[in-house]
Amino acid sequence: MSERPTYFDEMFGHGTAARAPYADYSKWFADEDTARLLSKSEEAEALFRLIGVTFNVYGDPDATERLIPFDLVPRIIAAREWAKVAKGIEQRVRALNAFLHDIYHRQEIVRAGRLPAEMIARNDAFLPEMIGVSPPGDIYTHIVGTDLVRTGDDEFFVLEDNARTPSGVSYMLENRETMLHMFPELFSKIKVQSVGQYPRSLRKSLSACAPDACNGRPTIAVLTPGIHNSAYYEHAFLADQMSAELVEGHDLRVVDGRVAMRTTRGYKPIDVLYRRVDDEYLDPLNFNPDSVLGVPGIMDVYRAGGITIANAPGTGIADDKAIYSYMPDIVEFYTGEKAILQNVPTHRCSEPQDLKYVLDNLADLVVKEVHGSGGYGMLVGPAASKKEIEDFRAKLEAAPGNYIAQPTLALSTVPILTDAGLAPRHVDLRPFVLVSPDRIDITPGGLTRVALTEGSLVVNSSQGGGTKDTWVLEE
Amino acid sequence: MLGKTAGGLFWMFRYLERAENTARMIDAGLRISLTRSSAAESEWTSILSSTGLSRAYADVHGAPDGPKVIDFLLRDPNNPGSIMAGIEAARMNARVVRTALTREVWEAVNECYMVLKRLLAQQVEDRDLPRVLQVIRQRSAFVRGALHGTMVRNDIYNFARIGTFFERADNTARILDQKYYILLPSVRLVGSPSDNVQWDTILRATSTTRAYQTLHDGDVDPKAIAEFLILDGRLPRSLAFCYGKIGDNLGYLEQEYATRHTCHSLSDALCSKFKAHDMNAIFDYGLHEFITDFLRDSAALGRQIEIDYRFIE
Repeated sequence: MSERPTYFDEMFGHGTAARAPYADYSKWFADEDTARLLSKSEEAEALFRLIGVTFNVYGDPDATERLIPFDLVPRIIAAREWAKVAKGIEQRVRALNAFLHDIYHRQEIVRAGRLPAEMIARNDAFLPEMIGVSPPGDIYTHIVGTDLVRTGDDEFFVLEDNARTPSGVSYMLENRETMLHMFPELFSKIKVQSVGQYPRSLRKSLSACAPDACNGRPTIAVLTPGIHNSAYYEHAFLADQMSAELVEGHDLRVVDGRVAMRTTRGYKPIDVLYRRVDDEYLDPLNFNPDSVLGVPGIMDVYRAGGITIANAPGTGIADDKAIYSYMPDIVEFYTGEKAILQNVPTHRCSEPQDLKYVLDNLADLVVKEVHGSGGYGMLVGPAASKKEIEDFRAKLEAAPGNYIAQPTLALSTVPILTDAGLAPRHVDLRPFVLVSPDRIDITPGGLTRVALTEGSLVVNSSQGGGTKDTWVLEE
Repeated sequence: MLGKTAGGLFWMFRYLERAENTARMIDAGLRISLTRSSAAESEWTSILSSTGLSRAYADVHGAPDGPKVIDFLLRDPNNPGSIMAGIEAARMNARVVRTALTREVWEAVNECYMVLKRLLAQQVEDRDLPRVLQVIRQRSAFVRGALHGTMVRNDIYNFARIGTFFERADNTARILDQKYYILLPSVRLVGSPSDNVQWDTILRATSTTRAYQTLHDGDVDPKAIAEFLILDGRLPRSLAFCYGKIGDNLGYLEQEYATRHTCHSLSDALCSKFKAHDMNAIFDYGLHEFITDFLRDSAALGRQIEIDYRFIE
């Protein structure tokens, strides 16, 4: 038996007394009856079910609509802790946008020898159609979800920069609504920074990126793959909250050089399209010809300045796991400053010494597919069986360039409510960032995902993870 | 507003209305089979015809048999026209048009679905049947109530209402189409007791027994029943009432969009039939012919609305 590592618990630190940000909550909790809280928990579930805050699991015909379990113990972050995180995210997002502009124009970073040319040339996430294209306002990543993990009092790492179509923001908002509904008294005792302004900020931020073709108040639409998509609820929610139309590919067509939606009064041009459809499916004329989710010819309208697509096509190159390991350099190159937030040390299996190290230490590492997402195609060494490790070894040796490896971080825990009272579980955090030409807007907090199984480090909802409300306290 | 959304609202409310009407018809059939078992089989046959599901039923089950018909209409997975399938389709449409609905309307339709999914998971036992039918009527009333109480009176509301009245008129007309022969004036002379049963079924299937009795002092008369269901503008399930409403709702759309379409002319033509005719004129023309014409014209109107408001490409 290897010695069990001790994890930093955000409520209790390494001890038994509540840390400062949790002091008031802890006092409140001590007077609460666990049975009452557990029944509140059921109430929350019924509420989510009724509202329809559900997600679909691919390949699971029996449960087309599932709930993401919600834990009602909030994750609490002090204002001072948040300020530093927010500053780090802002710096990183600024660098991501500068990087994307550069990569699709002069590629100065490659010329300067800071990024190997083949990282771009041989990367599927690089979109040649975007070369020389400057999106309206020069914004590529209008919406970013920066995945963070915490390992100590003052140690945050960026796990992933979701620069394509980050999801989960509806859970951030519904979780807060639910907490306000269930525990109004807590919010009068404890001053928590609000998140409810997000949809308005999103609308404002997208409007600020309207194309030249727009005259008057920008028309915004959310493009969804449809009701069978796993995040359909969120698409509908955001469209509703922004008073935007929720459109599918078959509602749209190119009319007089604009992308227009079929309304009861005829075709109406769209200025800003917040698309929740992957690049590949966006335009059957320019990309995957079999796609029925996109709009034939939208890329041509886009290149001619007739529409803003958020996020811009081709932003995937910035959150690619192979590029990730270069992020500290990328931040420094474009901002002239050291990165405020740390990267998780990353081994590139494409490089022989790294590969050897990874193969020798598979049992201790997390190995990820470069283009994978959602926790699929990933090995968590310490949690895997001998057989799983050996099976993975074969895959890795067959195509080392497809993988990166990282040490298993001692992810922080936050307690969840169980039948036996509070119990620590590992968490991560996805803050949501809005980028427009004049400002970067970070909603205080974000979505906390929690691994509900004791000891598990996998927080993905598709793999049995849950969520928590995230509180950033007022100063 | 998207054309797809208008279509989704129209169909969401058609499906809800249809499910509710099917529940009324089961109720009527059940009543007959409890009180006049000899007449039951032919009544189930006619109920299946009214719902347009005779063939689908015969393919699976053969001859009409009370419990099987009831299960078929309620929840049989082999029946795409069952109440459960209708509620699922209504909710599916509600998900598509969710941004057009208030939270209250969405929750009412979602809860309707969740409750019925549970109640109709297995074949309903006889003793539970009246309660289940009541829940179906009640749950659809909740959706209607949420719509009335919370929705802004704009194009969204109008498309929802047009779907409701379109389906309701269609249902009333189909019931009349099945039973027209017992409402003919000649029947009055015959006056056999079996006809009374059928009159009773018509009124039950449209949930109008009580209203009819109040307005006609309990005097059951076939001509009066026909007039009541076709021409009486006070009855919310009569053809005249439904088409008056469709005319109003289409009129609001015409105002809001400042555009008159072909569907407006078709609707006006249909509405004028109810204003111009009295029951004698309809009998002179032929009750069966009148109803057949109506079903044809209303189908044409439905298609025209779909085109004029771009429900589909």
